[in-house]
Amino acid sequence: MKDILQELDDRRDVARQGGGQKRIEAQHSKGKLTARERIELLLDEDSFEEFDMFKTHRCTDFGMEKQKPYGDGVVTGWGTINGRMVYVFSQDFTVFGGSLSETHAEKICKIMDMAVQNGAPVIGLNDSGGARIQEGVASLAGYADVFQRNIMASGVVPQISVIMGPCAGGAVYSPAMTDFIFMVKDSSYMFVTGPDVVKTVTNEVVTAEELGGASTHTKKSSVADGAFDNDVEALAEVRRLVDFLPLNNREKPPVRPFFDEPGRLEESLDTLIPENANTPYDMKELILKIADEADFYEIQEDFAKNIITGFIRIEGQTVGVVANQPMVLAGCLDIDSSRKAARFVRFCDAFEIPILTLVDVPGFLPGTSQEYGGVIKHGAKLLFAYGEATVPKVTVITRKAYGGAYDVMASKHLRGDFNYAWPTAEIAVMGAKGATEIIHRADLGDAEKIAAHTKDYEDRFANPFVAAERGFIDEVIMPHSTRKRVARAFAALRNKKIRNPWKKHDNIPL
Amino acid sequence: MFNKILIANRGEIACRVIKTARKMGIQTVAIYSDADKNALHVQMADEAVHIGPPPANQSYIVIDNVMRAIKETGAEAVHPGYGFLSENSKFAEALEAAGVAFVGPPKGAIEAMGDKITSKKIAQEAEVSTVPGYMGLIEDADEAVKISNEIGYPVMIKASAGGGGKGMRIAWNDEEAREGFQSSKNEAASSFGDDRIFIEKFVTQPRHIEIQVLCDAHGNGIYLGERECSIQRRNQKVVEEAPSPFLDEATRKAMGEQAVALAKAVGYTSAGTVEFIVDGQKNFYFLEMNTRLQVEHPVTELITGVDLVEQMIRVAGGEKLSITQADVKLNGWAIENRLYAEDPYRNFLPSIGRLSMYRPPAEIAAGPLLRNGKWQGEAPEGPTAVRNDTGVYEGGEISMYYDPMIAKLCTWAPTREEAIEAMRIALDSFELEGIGHNLPFLSAVMDHPKFITGDITTAFIAEEYPDGFDGVELPELTLRRIAASAAAMHRVAEIRRTRVSGRMDNHERRVGTDWVVSLQGESFPVTIAADHDGSTVTFSDGSSHRVTGAWTPGDSLAEMTVDGEPLVLKVGKITGGFRIRSRGADLKVHVRTPRQAELAALMPEKLPPDTSKMLLCPMPGLIVKVDVEVGQEVQEGQALCTVEAMKMENILRAEKRAVVSKINAGPGDSLAVDDVIMEFE
Repeated sequence: MKDILQELDDRRDVARQGGGQKRIEAQHSKGKLTARERIELLLDEDSFEEFDMFKTHRCTDFGMEKQKPYGDGVVTGWGTINGRMVYVFSQDFTVFGGSLSETHAEKICKIMDMAVQNGAPVIGLNDSGGARIQEGVASLAGYADVFQRNIMASGVVPQISVIMGPCAGGAVYSPAMTDFIFMVKDSSYMFVTGPDVVKTVTNEVVTAEELGGASTHTKKSSVADGAFDNDVEALAEVRRLVDFLPLNNREKPPVRPFFDEPGRLEESLDTLIPENANTPYDMKELILKIADEADFYEIQEDFAKNIITGFIRIEGQTVGVVANQPMVLAGCLDIDSSRKAARFVRFCDAFEIPILTLVDVPGFLPGTSQEYGGVIKHGAKLLFAYGEATVPKVTVITRKAYGGAYDVMASKHLRGDFNYAWPTAEIAVMGAKGATEIIHRADLGDAEKIAAHTKDYEDRFANPFVAAERGFIDEVIMPHSTRKRVARAFAALRNKKIRNPWKKHDNIPL
Repeated sequence: MFNKILIANRGEIACRVIKTARKMGIQTVAIYSDADKNALHVQMADEAVHIGPPPANQSYIVIDNVMRAIKETGAEAVHPGYGFLSENSKFAEALEAAGVAFVGPPKGAIEAMGDKITSKKIAQEAEVSTVPGYMGLIEDADEAVKISNEIGYPVMIKASAGGGGKGMRIAWNDEEAREGFQSSKNEAASSFGDDRIFIEKFVTQPRHIEIQVLCDAHGNGIYLGERECSIQRRNQKVVEEAPSPFLDEATRKAMGEQAVALAKAVGYTSAGTVEFIVDGQKNFYFLEMNTRLQVEHPVTELITGVDLVEQMIRVAGGEKLSITQADVKLNGWAIENRLYAEDPYRNFLPSIGRLSMYRPPAEIAAGPLLRNGKWQGEAPEGPTAVRNDTGVYEGGEISMYYDPMIAKLCTWAPTREEAIEAMRIALDSFELEGIGHNLPFLSAVMDHPKFITGDITTAFIAEEYPDGFDGVELPELTLRRIAASAAAMHRVAEIRRTRVSGRMDNHERRVGTDWVVSLQGESFPVTIAADHDGSTVTFSDGSSHRVTGAWTPGDSLAEMTVDGEPLVLKVGKITGGFRIRSRGADLKVHVRTPRQAELAALMPEKLPPDTSKMLLCPMPGLIVKVDVEVGQEVQEGQALCTVEAMKMENILRAEKRAVVSKINAGPGDSLAVDDVIMEFE
């Protein structure tokens, strides 16, 4: 009997060795951890339960039948993050370079199916050379099977991808369809076609890092939502993110004990808005002062910085924040910022995460590059996302809310639940100068008259009260009481229930 | 007594004066420029009058504007604070003409002491010790030796036309005096075409020590001990204390009496300061007299219990001094640290902007000032005093137009040692964000062995920090205490994380007791034994530290007690740990399980990019102009580009000769701190 039990132990030892000591050392020498080490860091200590440890591939071409390592290049299973269940797959670069075979894909599909069934997030740790070439179309079929499950799981359970090595060709499309992609600086890259192909086809010379490194995808392409210094930091930050997310779309966002006063007053916010309406200020200060314990998990920090997106907690409960950032491009909306915020709003709505919107927006960015780039349809994405969202929506206008951008930014008209404005808010079609020059076109030659008209316009419209008179603003609030008011608003919305009309799905302007 | 006084100043000193005036039942009037519309002194005063645009030369020092404010408000007296119009005899004259009392000395005294040569002459006549020297023409080397002997060695032999160290020699004996005279003369002739030479006493190990005097208009004058102000950076005082750790009673008395004699010689009234330079043998020499309230006056108040502002107002109101020299007792020790909006890591570059966080340590009343009932403002009593004179508040702004001083933090305790310790804790408790500031540098000075022993001269900063300040390396014990605190705090934070909703029942995460703390390049494996009151953190060598404190996750300040001693940490968030600032150090502290630590050790160390060949943007701002092109060779000091920040144009210059290899930013680009503007070959 003992021998039989020993047999299991021995087989497990072999499986845990992955591609063997030499390859593990090679992995370490690249500054990368192994698939199993990564799982250890991602999950609570000793919480990992593995599936399919002994699964092997079925390929018999090119001598593959002689090498049938246990696990087939991916470690899968479930475990907990701070006691909450998650499913995980972690590709093992030490086994066939983490390449995806038919069976490798089956393992991933199995845990994804369970995740959807049991309502827990899927976290994929990607480190793969690509398709298992020896398997040909079977490998491609495997990719597609994973894609289909990514699509079905989307909006049902949160899906998080961490790119911790190469991720090229068809492999990129699985992470692309997950909710969040994180990368590890200097040791990961993602592209559809690599530098060699690029050179052959377009004669462009580019390094893998420039083409698809963490910097490229967090700053230029916005494919990635964040980048971290190394594997250890990346996995710790994923744990931190999971703490903010509900396990599935049937659950409320998580709540945890908090050490902060919901009614905390911040007198310093009374001076946040500079005297001069054109002087920028840092909207992040407001976010941090509203948030519990000044804790903010920013998403896409390095992309389209004119809008800020991320998660905070208020009274211990997760809230998604979207805020214009006056420090960058005066906080205007443009193609990139609209896309970034729209996707974030839709994520929050899909997972019942209330949305706080902080508005200081002078309008949409003008220009041919914007119009040619389709700012109409991209801007409409954000409008659409806010309008269809049924989660609690609380909006605070701190300063400018001009023109169509006012409508877009979770206005009352888009079913905003609580729309607050600071006394410094200016809710108007446009700035006083522009408006005056249109309304009083006849006086354009007379600087004095124009100045007087501008002053009149400012006195009449550069305030929150015109909008408040119409009920478009529920209340004008003191800046120092913002946290308190926002916290109470979300508390009052805890049982909010509204339903959009039945439809197969909507047709958001993609 | 006056019913209403106007404070012709701004910032902390205006607030300081208002506090005393309020205590005396006197109404106060503030004046303010456009930049100070929301300033603290304006909020504190009973009335406030706008006096012009932000630049001081269009507002605070325009006599007419101040006079108008006086007329408008009917103020009967004016306290000028320091700087601005405080030593302007024309202002004193204008007030006199308007029949308004000046809370300061008569204009004659201001004038007499305002001129270096006149004041030295008056001092000599009043038998105040001045730096001995010979101003006449010196014929030959023999005469130079004779004069040097009269002055007493060491002497400094200087070219009259000299500058930049040229034609300057220090002589310690006859032979050196002879040689020095000759070589100085030759050098002077060839460098300046003027070989006139003079000789004066060379003051070795110079200290800046000043005497506080107080005189009334009835011929009474007293001195209130000294202040040691040797710790200066480019003539800007940084740390002051009273008394001086160097003076003995006899020297103090001699200096004090001479200071009073000088004050009397010019018919001085009000509070004034006589500055001396003191050498290593306690010889002292008159430097100058400041005919106003000094910035560092609080240390004198804290050890004497005299409210100097109150005394100034009373004297201005014609009252006789109610204290005699015999009443003046120096009690305990007071230290002042000046918090400047200057970034010590960037060679003390001034920093301006919004104070997104400004939370000074709580004031504590103690010492003679409290006993005399002269403590300004409300504060609980304690064994040691903390006083913070400031003119700013959280959400306020440090503007480019005025002095970059944020606050004057003072502590008082029965002994110097205790006062220093109280200051260390007060500095660690001072939360200040949004701008660069010198808090870490001040903490470093408070822990500097030479400061601790009082072995300081005016060259302290130049000698001890010759290459500027680049942080602090903490000693092992402090490091371990911080590590122990961080471990205990991390454990608490991790336990909270396990309390999140949606957990799998009965399969919760258990937070362990073994951790590895990494900081300042060291790793400490520790075991935490927690109980209701705190934690005992045991290190692998068996030593253990007891940590208690009321820190909860998210608190930005951790007031801990480790091994029975207070330890205050500023706590920030980083992945897998904390950013901890304490005792002048700025640490990334990681707390990991042993397994996490093992895996973290496999991570390659990522060296920060070599920025020595880059021009980094020193402040958030807008590029206005780029003056160079790629491939261009630039010389040291050559303008490279202009960055506009807070409406001020800053010209960035080449630090050394180099060739521009890449330019990353152009006019109109908005940059953050440390963005790379250009690179060099």
